Amino acid sequence: MNALRRHRALTRIWASAPGWKGWFTSVNHTDLGRMFLTVAVFFFLVGGILAMLIRAQLATPRSAFMGPETYNQVFTMHGTIMMFLFAIPFFEGLAVYLLPKLLGTRDLAFPRLTAYGFWCYVFGGSMMIFALLAGIAPDSGWFMYPPLSSTIGAPGINSDFWLIGITFVEISAISAAVEITVTILRYRAPGMSLAKMPIFAWYALVTAVMILTGFPPLILGSILLELERAFGMPFFQVAQGGDALLWQHLFWMFGHPEVYIIFLPAAGAISTILPVMARTTLMGYGWVVAAAVSLAVLSFGLWVHHMFTTGIPHMGLAFFSAASTLVAVPTAVQIFAWIGTLWRGRPGLHLPMMWLLAFFATFVIGGLTGVMVAVVPFDWQAHDTYFIVAHLHYVLIGGFVFPMLAALYYWMPHFVGRKTYFKLGGVAFWLIVPGFHGTFLLLHWAGLLGMRRRIDSYGPGQGWEIINLIASVSGFVMAIGFALVLIDVIINAVTAIRGSRDPWRAGTLEWAMPTPPAAYNFASLPHVDSRDPLYADRELPVRLARGEGYLGDPARGRRETLTVDIATGAPRTIVVFPGNTALPVLMSAVTGLFFLGMLVKDYWLVPISALGVIGCALAWVWSLGRRAPEGPLDAGRGAVLPVASEVADPPGWWGSLFLLLADGTFLGSLLFGYAFLWTIAPNWPPPAYAEPGPAALALVLAGAALTAVGGRLGALAGVAAALAGTVAVGLAALAVLAQVPDPAAHAYDATVWVLVGYALLHQVVALIMMALVAARRWAGHSAVTRRGAARVARLWSDYAALVALLAAAAVGLPGVLA
Amino acid sequence: MTTLVALAGCEESLSAVHPAGPAAATIATLWWVLLAGATAIFLFVAGLLAWAWRRPPGEVAERPFVIGLGLAFPLTVLAALLAYGLVVGERLLPRGGADVVVVRAEARQWAWSFGYDDAPGRVTEDELHIPAGRPVDVALTSADVVHGFWVPRLAGKLDAVPGHVNVLRLEADAPGRYGGLGSEFNGVGYVGHRFTVIAHDATGWQAFLAGEGE
Ligand code: HEM
Ligand SMILES: [Cu+2]
Ligand SMILES: [Cu+2]
Repeated sequence: MNALRRHRALTRIWASAPGWKGWFTSVNHTDLGRMFLTVAVFFFLVGGILAMLIRAQLATPRSAFMGPETYNQVFTMHGTIMMFLFAIPFFEGLAVYLLPKLLGTRDLAFPRLTAYGFWCYVFGGSMMIFALLAGIAPDSGWFMYPPLSSTIGAPGINSDFWLIGITFVEISAISAAVEITVTILRYRAPGMSLAKMPIFAWYALVTAVMILTGFPPLILGSILLELERAFGMPFFQVAQGGDALLWQHLFWMFGHPEVYIIFLPAAGAISTILPVMARTTLMGYGWVVAAAVSLAVLSFGLWVHHMFTTGIPHMGLAFFSAASTLVAVPTAVQIFAWIGTLWRGRPGLHLPMMWLLAFFATFVIGGLTGVMVAVVPFDWQAHDTYFIVAHLHYVLIGGFVFPMLAALYYWMPHFVGRKTYFKLGGVAFWLIVPGFHGTFLLLHWAGLLGMRRRIDSYGPGQGWEIINLIASVSGFVMAIGFALVLIDVIINAVTAIRGSRDPWRAGTLEWAMPTPPAAYNFASLPHVDSRDPLYADRELPVRLARGEGYLGDPARGRRETLTVDIATGAPRTIVVFPGNTALPVLMSAVTGLFFLGMLVKDYWLVPISALGVIGCALAWVWSLGRRAPEGPLDAGRGAVLPVASEVADPPGWWGSLFLLLADGTFLGSLLFGYAFLWTIAPNWPPPAYAEPGPAALALVLAGAALTAVGGRLGALAGVAAALAGTVAVGLAALAVLAQVPDPAAHAYDATVWVLVGYALLHQVVALIMMALVAARRWAGHSAVTRRGAARVARLWSDYAALVALLAAAAVGLPGVLA
Repeated sequence: MTTLVALAGCEESLSAVHPAGPAAATIATLWWVLLAGATAIFLFVAGLLAWAWRRPPGEVAERPFVIGLGLAFPLTVLAALLAYGLVVGERLLPRGGADVVVVRAEARQWAWSFGYDDAPGRVTEDELHIPAGRPVDVALTSADVVHGFWVPRLAGKLDAVPGHVNVLRLEADAPGRYGGLGSEFNGVGYVGHRFTVIAHDATGWQAFLAGEGE
């Protein structure tokens, strides 16, 4: 079979449906990556237009352009869109597009999940856009502090759009994170050990794990605040045992890691692009990886630096101040490793390098002002002023947008398979970078002169007028620059001439394929022996196209790729991917109805659409099963490997494991919140604690044991045991709730309801999973093809059992201690 | 720099860098130190970067960059900075003392009420009276949403959180009027959420406590 016939055969297998239908049924990561990036850019434009409205309003004193009702929506939506609907999805899109190509594989671990996440993002984002156009957008600032954002300060539907819409969008962040993690750990080219991974993959791995542990506190906070708003469960109302500061803790436990979730992918792009631009390799690969990991770990211990003015005890301030300055160390390691790389190489001044220089000039300033505000007394003055607005834009635009522009110009030849034509890009550069500094540099000073952030107008005579005028004019210059970039990209995508395959002479695998990439990425999968496979073997692309790698024979007529051992990269299994399907878009639409029902308070819609989601999920999982085992198959290059669905740890098991990491963090945040209220909130203890008594306790113990045992028994007995376990836990739950019948009475009662609900939900999930395994057996699936699914179900039943015990302990403990 | 100073020259009733009390003065000094240090570091990094294009080609060792500049350099600078920050922070804390005056501030959308321990029952709206030259502890709380209390020329800011009482120490060097701001976003009336601090000399303060000028 020659290269062309192989290409045709593989394309037949992998291609998305033609025409508009392909948009809705594609599960291909190249398509979805492009769609993600396009939608993220759309949201950047919306956020940018809002920024221009802000700058127009503030250009002159006493502006009457917008009243406060409008202005508050505009700045809240600007921040919200930029953080949740632009920055994070842009990273997801880039990772979705690039990772399989960098790793030398054919798709992400769970192609349908990519599509599901994408559509959740689109539908959730649409809700936010609707709110904006209808003039009922959130207006309490992007961090939504209650009581201002709760019913007391915001009785309208505005806050609900934020709480429900953003939670909906976060589904896409969590699913992308699960998928990225599993892909990087298991879906690599054979031979690619962890130490030979491209540096971007390390950064993406760290970022994805941070999303899994960083987003759950926000999702929890949003759910609690929505419960307070909708049903009066008083988590944040001090009179009934809640505390406004609980929200601030939950929000910033997410919000600070979020900043690094945004920065790390950019750093990954820099570490990839900069050595190529300097015609050398990255200095201190191991150090850079260690720096990224320690940045991630440290960033979970810093959230309080956003709360230095809330009256935290002095010792706490000292600790968090020290921790906050400490993050500058791993950042410095990276910055100086990059500079060292430039010294070592022969750097040119191509456009991507220019953007990297803009990054250095801007981000270093942002980092230094960041260290300033980590010094507590200084923050007492700077907090909530334009000093912070300036600082955060130096970090976000300097540390994310500029590197992403470098990435855009670096990978554009790959996206579109054409030579780039740089002239417009250069002009845009010289508008955006000076425009940026003109917009934000002097705003630091305005902040010190007392200009508070989030004010909708200001009077003359404070020395702010000239600064704001300069900022507004420069802001418009910057906006013109961004418009030019957009035009440049569009022109390049449609008109430029076909380019060479590897225009930058880079060493990573994404350049070992024809561009624009084919649906299957690699005609055969490479065997990797070095960090820069293309430097080691310039002929690699040709040899792969000729089918000299793994899985070069499309005879089985289905989408196949390999998984490898996590550490060594030795090939382990052959994965069979699902084909094109509309199930993801359907399932996310039904998920959307679930959120819509809560938003418009048509609660009958909620259980119905929940059932719909379960139905879709079952159809989704069911289609994967096979009755009879295939046994080991030929994988090319002499390797004979089992199929992934017939081993004990199929990809779904790994996916569940990392989903449970996020789920466990959610539970951890809930327990943290509970302990926080218990110890800090003013109006505690509640009038009465629930005291479940020995009978309820025995029921929980029995229920947890039955659920865990059920996960270990054969199909039918397992379901029976899990069902009995669920009934037992359910009875215990009823006994507890009977003692705290009104969840609106006190934050304690509300917390008990949430804990009980969480435990019951997990019982039901475990039960459904075990029922699915039993159904497979019934349908005649063999023990071998059922094994993976049974192990997934066991994971969830073990977790359900653990949750039941923890929830029981948490509910009962205060009563016992009192 | 000269333009910056000129810009500030107009009026600085809300300026944190034109302090009129010991706490704000300490922080303003801190700021100038931070600015000088940050400028030096920025220029140093920019120089290293530019040198990459200028230097003659040759081997470059990893250790000086990663360990020397990446680890040792920031650790030294940050340790010094942290020590300085802690000492300053310590100095700004509300500590007991014979001549400390205690006032109470309650914030609500969009106004402030102030009460005085030395004149029980006395409440002023949007005007806080204090004696000049004496430390004042402001006990802050809120009746509705989270607010912030900030008198930029006298001290840093502290939040007023419903159900909690936070204490901020401030002091005015000289009698006069000082602008105060609500400094945590609190809804449509945020811009106008302001107040004035009136610092009296000793006789003026006695007169205020005695209820004159009511
Ligand atoms: C395109 C140029 C941009 C301009 C001119 C701009 C301008 C501004 C201004 C003036 C504010 C302060 C509004 C106020 O406090 O009243 C603001 C807030 C903010 N901006 Fe931007 N911005 C830009 C891009 C971005 C980007 C790219 C991001 C993030 C990736 C971002 C994130 C934020 C956030 C989080 C806030 C805080 C919103 C809040 O206080 O609730 N901005 N922006
Ligand atoms: Cu932070
Ligand atoms: Cu604040």
